[in-house]
Amino acid sequence: MSMTVKILYFAALRERLDRAEERLDLPPGVATAGALRAHLAGRGGAWEALTSVRNLRVAVNQRMGGADTPLADGDEVAFFPPVTGG
Amino acid sequence: MTVRVQRENFDPGAEMDALCAGRLDVGACASFVGLVRAANDGRGVAAMTLEHYPGMTEAALEDIVQQAGRRWNILDTLVIHRYGELRPGDRIVLVVVIGAHRGEAFAACEFIMDYLKTQAPFWKKESTPDGQRWVEAKTSDDDAAARWRE
Repeated sequence: MSMTVKILYFAALRERLDRAEERLDLPPGVATAGALRAHLAGRGGAWEALTSVRNLRVAVNQRMGGADTPLADGDEVAFFPPVTGG
Repeated sequence: MTVRVQRENFDPGAEMDALCAGRLDVGACASFVGLVRAANDGRGVAAMTLEHYPGMTEAALEDIVQQAGRRWNILDTLVIHRYGELRPGDRIVLVVVIGAHRGEAFAACEFIMDYLKTQAPFWKKESTPDGQRWVEAKTSDDDAAARWRE
């Protein structure tokens, strides 16, 4: 069964990728947020920011997650730099 | 508890009055207002744009406020955080905590701000004479949040 996720990018990362969101059918073996991050970085070029940006954060279904957070069909995954509000 | 994420300005005094209105159990109303400075890290700031993650922003703020409510004996809270384009002197954020006594209201207010700075998905971009730049997260903000875990 294929798994599709919605991916969002914010702030400096969104600008570097020139993309705010996309839908992606997860390739076989990509089952966690960390694996997805590595897969996206593998696109090369600007996408290497996924691994080079310091302290990149990930949220799954609008909750802070980590590299081990599992992914399921229909999940919303967001990648962004450390937050600077307040 | 109320969380609002909005473009519009807010009136701190009116919000504090509204939170206390009609109740006789409030002995303390602690608040924090964050404003845009005209200079940051030695460079002038002509304007600031605040980006956020609609949906997660509200959820993260509500989670922080609920944590404060479990930790301290407080009566109610209000958090307002703005997004969009702001200028020096503009208000960014308001936190109001009401309680029977000042100690718990002060502590909860500071806790909410420290967690907001490190957990709520907002990002600041400054317009300076050298162009636009994204504000870098500070380790001092992480340290401020970490001290509540001790």
